Amino acid sequence: MAGSNPNAKPMNLTLKVWRQKNRATAGQVVDYNVRDISPDMSFLEMLDVLNEDLLRKGDDPVAFDHDCREGICGSCNLFINGRAHGPESGTTTCQLHMRKFSDGDTIVIEPWRANSFPVNKDLSVDRSAFDRIIQAGGYVSVNTGGAPDGNEIPVPKEIADRAFEAATCIGCGACVAACKNASAMLFVSAKVSQLALLPQGHAERATRVENMVAQMDKEGFGACTNIGSCAAECPVGISLENIATLNREFLAAKASSNNLS
Amino acid sequence: MSWISKTFSSSIGRKIIMAATGLFLCSFLVVHLAGNFQLFKNDGGLAFNAYSEFMSHNTVIRILEIGLVLGFGFHIYEGLTLTAKNRSARGVGYVSDHIEQNSPWHARSMAMLGSIVLFFLIVHLYNFFGTLRFGEPVKDSMGNENAYGLVVDAFRNPLYVALYVVAQAALLYHLLHGFQSAFQTLGLTHRKYTPLIKFVGVVFSLVVCAGFAAMPIYFYFFK
Repeated sequence: MAGSNPNAKPMNLTLKVWRQKNRATAGQVVDYNVRDISPDMSFLEMLDVLNEDLLRKGDDPVAFDHDCREGICGSCNLFINGRAHGPESGTTTCQLHMRKFSDGDTIVIEPWRANSFPVNKDLSVDRSAFDRIIQAGGYVSVNTGGAPDGNEIPVPKEIADRAFEAATCIGCGACVAACKNASAMLFVSAKVSQLALLPQGHAERATRVENMVAQMDKEGFGACTNIGSCAAECPVGISLENIATLNREFLAAKASSNNLS
Repeated sequence: MSWISKTFSSSIGRKIIMAATGLFLCSFLVVHLAGNFQLFKNDGGLAFNAYSEFMSHNTVIRILEIGLVLGFGFHIYEGLTLTAKNRSARGVGYVSDHIEQNSPWHARSMAMLGSIVLFFLIVHLYNFFGTLRFGEPVKDSMGNENAYGLVVDAFRNPLYVALYVVAQAALLYHLLHGFQSAFQTLGLTHRKYTPLIKFVGVVFSLVVCAGFAAMPIYFYFFK
């Protein structure tokens, strides 16, 4: 491996992995041993080693989601030793390195747990509830035609920065996984705040928050109790302030929109 | 369903009910504590009895009391049903869950702390409100119902003293999270004011709970 540390001692680990055939069957924790794990490996590379072992033995490899492996796609969602994305804060599972663990450690690996995120197989969950919430209003409708001039709509730097901070949400679902109520409010609030801050988002401001919250409730996520687990586990540092903004936007929309139903 | 009932049956709407009734109940705590401080007046309870007589017989107070009952009712009902809904949203639980590493204990225990306060409230209503409103009144030298005598009697019992003090500890932790959390839920956050709200919340919780806890302790040991 390029850039690996020649002094790093390989580790032997015990893994307790959630195995579940499909949505319909019940799952269970299965123990595995992995040997000669380099501390420079990412957590996902360690799981690749496990899966290659399993394949060699003719066993079913452990299913887990991953895509970019550089911390921006939000696919690699594992609940590791009781924490969303593992013990390191501000990081996704793919950016968690094995040097954060010690030789001989036992690591418990589970999928995100929420009724709204059903387990597909093993550690892979279905997060399409998030897609449906975004489809309900997490967008800006733009008429077709010539591209407008970039400077035509002025956005002050401070506002642009705040909108961008909210826009960094990668939709990984760690907020739901970490929350004791399996609440999706940090996710929803990031998108609502981002679009409410920008002039392009104003046209659909009221209907957006009404529809997104309605869809969030329909999906069966819990309600926020402001304990802060979500923001603490968020790999991109979305702050709780966004949830206050969401509540304010929701109340303002309900009080002022023309929607009577 | 009309837009109003739809608003207040949504997850955020229900949180807003929790927050608004919670802050309303905080205002009740202030009034209740201020009135009760008359228990410390060294007049054999005459001032407290006069105050108690006024609070239980004045028409305006009796009408406001309906609001208080509604405030408690909504807060308790929404608290219990939301807790049940939130618990079921998880589905299958984690084998290993270290939530204590990312959030404070008292914030996660609002339902449990609130239930202790609710149990206390029932006993408390039975001790004083029930006897004064429905029992045989004993009059003091001014002709007012002797509420002070009930207080003295109740706090001779070490079990009541212990329950009252434990309930105030539960209320303290309930308020430490609840006060600032209510502002967050109502969307009242601001870089300038949020630190102030958090500080006031801590002072408020400590003063109110210490004030209430002082009463059973004072009567048990000094009266």
